[in-house]
Amino acid sequence: MLADYLTVFVTRVLILALLALSFDLVWGYSGIMSFGQALFFGAAGYGVALLARDLEVTSIFIVLPAALATGLILSFVTGGFLLLGRQSPTRIFVALGTLTGSYLADRLARRWYYLGGQNGIPSIPPMTAGGYEFSEGRVYYYLAFTLLAIVYLVCRFVVRSQFGLALAGAREHEARITFFGYKAQQLKLTVFSLAGAIAGLAGGLYTFHEGFVWPNMLGVVLSTQIVLYALFGGVGTLIGPVIGVIAIESLGFWLADGFPKIWPILLGLLLLLLILFRPTGLIGFLVSESERVGSFGRPSLPRQVSAGADDAAA
Amino acid sequence: MPLLETRAVTKAFGRLMALRSVDLTVGENEFHGLIGPNGSGKSTLLKCVAGAELPTEGTIRFAGRDITAATPTDRARAGITFKFQITSVLPALTVYDNVLLALQARSSTASLIFSRTRKALHERVMHTLEQFHLAEGSMERTAAALPHGQQQWLEIAMALACEPRLLLLDEPTAGMSLEERRVTGDLLMPLKPRCSLVIVEHDLDFIRSICDRLTVLDQGNLLDCGTVSHIQNSSKVREIYLTRV
Repeated sequence: MLADYLTVFVTRVLILALLALSFDLVWGYSGIMSFGQALFFGAAGYGVALLARDLEVTSIFIVLPAALATGLILSFVTGGFLLLGRQSPTRIFVALGTLTGSYLADRLARRWYYLGGQNGIPSIPPMTAGGYEFSEGRVYYYLAFTLLAIVYLVCRFVVRSQFGLALAGAREHEARITFFGYKAQQLKLTVFSLAGAIAGLAGGLYTFHEGFVWPNMLGVVLSTQIVLYALFGGVGTLIGPVIGVIAIESLGFWLADGFPKIWPILLGLLLLLLILFRPTGLIGFLVSESERVGSFGRPSLPRQVSAGADDAAA
Repeated sequence: MPLLETRAVTKAFGRLMALRSVDLTVGENEFHGLIGPNGSGKSTLLKCVAGAELPTEGTIRFAGRDITAATPTDRARAGITFKFQITSVLPALTVYDNVLLALQARSSTASLIFSRTRKALHERVMHTLEQFHLAEGSMERTAAALPHGQQQWLEIAMALACEPRLLLLDEPTAGMSLEERRVTGDLLMPLKPRCSLVIVEHDLDFIRSICDRLTVLDQGNLLDCGTVSHIQNSSKVREIYLTRV
């Protein structure tokens, strides 16, 4: 059994993995550069914190769906502004738009007394299910793990469907698939909203796990951190960003112990080296480039043409 | 009623007039060639029809419907398929997936998520690939790994997979060898009963061999339009265009 502080640490990592997964969905699979995942994460976190503080609603059956819905609606509206238009907006426009959104939300939360200003909202009561309180670390760990597994499987189903193929098309050459008749902007808004919902769910979980929310949960620093997790682990794989979160957080945890003063610098150097020599991320050590890029919709039918090649590969 | 009709289409890029009041009419199952020197506005006209550019003035009608302001997606769903001038297959995807992507372009988002169309469309994908001699290894090979000529074929295959009523091809034989050009012609000819074609091409022999009618553009103006033999005998065209080549 894990020691208590380790349980808390691992649970936090699992929740952040959920967030990294949402980023991979938009960037790795759809080519939408979102620096705003923290915005949906934090907004949902604040949302459920207010539910708990002002309405005393802590039931898991209300707060987690509420967190999910907050992320979904907010990302749908944000995506509606940033992704739609006669001409498809450029990647840099979307990146700056989401970044600005994240920054604005951070500033707003810091100045708004109702949201607790700089300090955020402390002492949020534990989540409940009927009469049960999710106050034990181990139970929360299982909850986070189960949700991560479910979300991972849902995402995997989505990216391996024909929708995933269309997303890959939009990522590779959006104009081209538009001229085939795809509603590329609609596809992108759909996946952006889905990712927003996942980020929101993560935000709700995180809030009740930590017991407080504060403006950094919305901000640019966390948004960038998510991008780093995903790049470190390897984008376009779903599992890569999960590995990235685990690796970065564990390294940070361990380095902080051994090198209390210089650990952020060491971690930064490691990140830099990996990105320079393995642009595909940690996952690049495990799978080939073609597997990584084409990892949606492998055919589930007899492959007459390629039977020989398959055997050779196996 | 003609399938495609542009009336007085004008396109200005700032002060540059790329097209001046161009009329173009293409009938059902007609193969129509657009020729003219570089910068004469052929590609611009094609882009206006496909929706990549919006005309400054004029109207475009397709199958009786005014599509002047329609989005590229709407036009594609109405039956217009456009092949870019620059080869633009999706390089990171397999050859097979490129065609599959084209085949299910008109499906709704929900049906894409829950569909298993990959299985249902398999026969059609393979059939399309076989027509263009691309079937072998198509599930492993990425489009980027194909030689240039075959990428062009793949692109035509993708365009046809959409089962268009009107196919717009911008320089399909650019960069091809003589043999590849001949094969491309052989691949296009059987399409005549299935769709109309508007093709921009510099290779006049190629265009003569497959087109019914030609339109000649010069500096954005419509110079002449008619059957291949009419254009070949037109003194106007010969003077301004053919003798210069």
